[in-house]
Amino acid sequence: MNKLNVSLSPHVHSGNSIQRCMLDVIIALVPALLLSFYFFGIGALVVTATSVASCVLFEFLITRFILKQPASICDMSAVLTGLLLAFNVPSNLPVWIIIIGALVAIGIGKMAFGGLGQNIFNPALTGRIFLLIAYPVQMTTWPVSGEMGYVDVETGATPLSLFARYMAGDVAALQEMPDMLDMFVGMIGGSMGEVSAIALLIGFAYMLIRKTITWHIPVSIFASAFIMALICYNFDVHFAVMQLLSGGLMLGAIFMATDYVTSPMNNKGCLIYGACIGALTIIIRRFGAYPEGMSFAIFVMNAFVPLINKYVKPTRFGVVKK
Amino acid sequence: MKTFKLGGVHPAANKLSDKAPIEVAEVPALVAIPMAQNLGAPSKAIVAKGDKVKVGTVIGEPGGFLSSYVHSSVSGTVDKVDIVEDATGRRVQAVFIKVEGDEWEESIDRSKDIVREIKLEKQEIIDKVKAMGIVGMGGATFPTQVKLAPPPTAKPECVIINAVECEPYLTSDHSLMLAHPEEICIGVQILEKAIGVKKAYIGIEANKPDAIELMTETAKKGFPEIEIVPLKLKYPQGGEKQLINAVIGKEVPSGGLPIATGALVQNVGTAFAVYEAIQKNKPLIERIVTVTGKSIKKPSNFLARLGVPIRQLIDAAGGVPEDTGKIISGGPMMGKAMPDTNSYMVKGCSGILVMKNEESRRKAAGPCIKCGKCVHACPMGLQPNFLSRYSELGMLAEAEEERIYDCIECGSCQFSCPANRPLLDWIRQGKPKVMGILRARAAEAKAKAEAARAAEEAARKARELEAEHEEHHSKTEETHADVNAHLLKHSGPMPEDKK
Repeated sequence: MNKLNVSLSPHVHSGNSIQRCMLDVIIALVPALLLSFYFFGIGALVVTATSVASCVLFEFLITRFILKQPASICDMSAVLTGLLLAFNVPSNLPVWIIIIGALVAIGIGKMAFGGLGQNIFNPALTGRIFLLIAYPVQMTTWPVSGEMGYVDVETGATPLSLFARYMAGDVAALQEMPDMLDMFVGMIGGSMGEVSAIALLIGFAYMLIRKTITWHIPVSIFASAFIMALICYNFDVHFAVMQLLSGGLMLGAIFMATDYVTSPMNNKGCLIYGACIGALTIIIRRFGAYPEGMSFAIFVMNAFVPLINKYVKPTRFGVVKK
Repeated sequence: MKTFKLGGVHPAANKLSDKAPIEVAEVPALVAIPMAQNLGAPSKAIVAKGDKVKVGTVIGEPGGFLSSYVHSSVSGTVDKVDIVEDATGRRVQAVFIKVEGDEWEESIDRSKDIVREIKLEKQEIIDKVKAMGIVGMGGATFPTQVKLAPPPTAKPECVIINAVECEPYLTSDHSLMLAHPEEICIGVQILEKAIGVKKAYIGIEANKPDAIELMTETAKKGFPEIEIVPLKLKYPQGGEKQLINAVIGKEVPSGGLPIATGALVQNVGTAFAVYEAIQKNKPLIERIVTVTGKSIKKPSNFLARLGVPIRQLIDAAGGVPEDTGKIISGGPMMGKAMPDTNSYMVKGCSGILVMKNEESRRKAAGPCIKCGKCVHACPMGLQPNFLSRYSELGMLAEAEEERIYDCIECGSCQFSCPANRPLLDWIRQGKPKVMGILRARAAEAKAKAEAARAAEEAARKARELEAEHEEHHSKTEETHADVNAHLLKHSGPMPEDKK
């Protein structure tokens, strides 16, 4: 008989792993990924491949040569960051800009804070916001859906830019607005992975079934964004629903705001965090300089997560509130 | 179906032995009965080498208030009283008995007849439970007579029988229910009488439909006040606080006794032992133990005498497999890993689980990704990742603020951690330190309160004395001055002679 192992209980484990969690999120992104290939063709493929490959490569190089730690790319988190970064940029973005975005996402967004689990801001979002500020023209020139090429594609307005024009007094913008079904399926202009609400919702359902995430963050974002949109857009229900379906709101609510590392630990905290993101997004969209507000809203709330964790405690067992 | 409200996990049930009937384990030539089989003070051996004992003879007396009697499980001659290592490697006193025949004490009713009528009164029951050495059979081994005498402020309303058996692999309670449903119900009635209530619940998890059916039928036939409560499968439902919450919906207040909810929780095995003790005069000398594991040839439920070598029980189930990495006393979630198989059967041993080498190794821990799965899993509403980190860094004030003292050490957090972090290992390091601080603080507060009370008492007495002086010697100014001077000098209690 071997020497017996006498470690403490529990002696069994669920078998869950970081890799498995990341893989589940990646699987949940597949419907949206396939649809973006369908809508944006080769451009979507180039952007995704570049982003994923460079994120993994930068993570490998940094852990290997700068931090001199064992490689952490097997945990799949760099792959996920790469995918999410690709989802958040136009499908005709030049390769060199994507590579810079990947370097900022992994290098500054993640590794500079100490690697997986230590970062304050969502890495993919950090990369995206950097690109949005550094290359505003390229980042806001979206190909119209159905343009299958990568370079020299026809570009056009997104629902959000039309919204902004309409709110500024350009009544004609309303005529160009896509109908609700197109927005739901994704036949609209926008960043690569954000256009199809239905595909993102399928991913959400998968993650709920797999218990990868809970409903709290996405649902609280939807609810508060909807209410805030009603308030900001003269209680027009049609407009409010359009706000939910347009821009990065779905993508952000389901995949970006729910990032484990940069979201609160308990359900109550998640509800507060989500509600703030939803409201902030609409406020930025309505009153800010950019037509899109999701990224900034999540980014701002990421900074509040440690504070939320400090003051918002879960429901305790056997403690009666006085 | 009912269950507890917060957290919980779903480990694979692996009830390999749930179809195995109860087999009587062989009585070996030599048994060693440990004197530390209960929670609290160990028992004191009262026999010596050469003494003749029968099955049921008292060989150990309680070593304190929270302690128990121990009886011989065999007949024969005491060989020696010596130190052995128990299942956790702790060194304890044990009585070795050379087995000769199988002669039982005459008072024990060994017939198969079921005795329905409960003749004893409340206090007699409690005394007899103590005399028969009954302890909590779920694994905690809390002396039952102490639990049956709750503080006078408590208002018992019902008995809750823990037949949940939420630990994976274990089937001893399950097999007991299938074999002795009526005896268990009578045992429950005895417990009701002992604490003066007329209502009982038996909580059984839904993965034992045959036991739920059989117990429901039995209760219907003659025990109208016993309600069988099927519970939705979820670990740690067998935790006392979780079970009370699942069955009657109440929460045991943090830091309080479970009886504060009006419920007295007893394990189903304890109910059966109480039946045997009260109705059949049989002390606790044997129990059902599950011997199981994926690599065990014949997963079994044995009725084993106390003091039987653990090794013998594993051998009876097909022997220790070659590729064994860990042997656990109890279940895989809260059981204790044994250093070897040289220990002996005790009252609290509900299972022996043999794990293969690869199953027994933990995976390397990764970084915390703040996923919150431990928070969702915690049945006490704690945040184990913070507790673990605070313990690791010695941040005890923060650990206290995060209520580390509420942790029931069920292991749900560590079970669900995708990064394989040793959360409970760390929490176990910090919890006793915080408890120590709390105890010291309580003791200090108590001492302060007592000092204040004493000072107040002294002042009151002085005032009385002064009043007396006013009354009787109001004319003599000097006495007055004396008392005042005395009051100034003494802040403590008054000397005896001045009373």
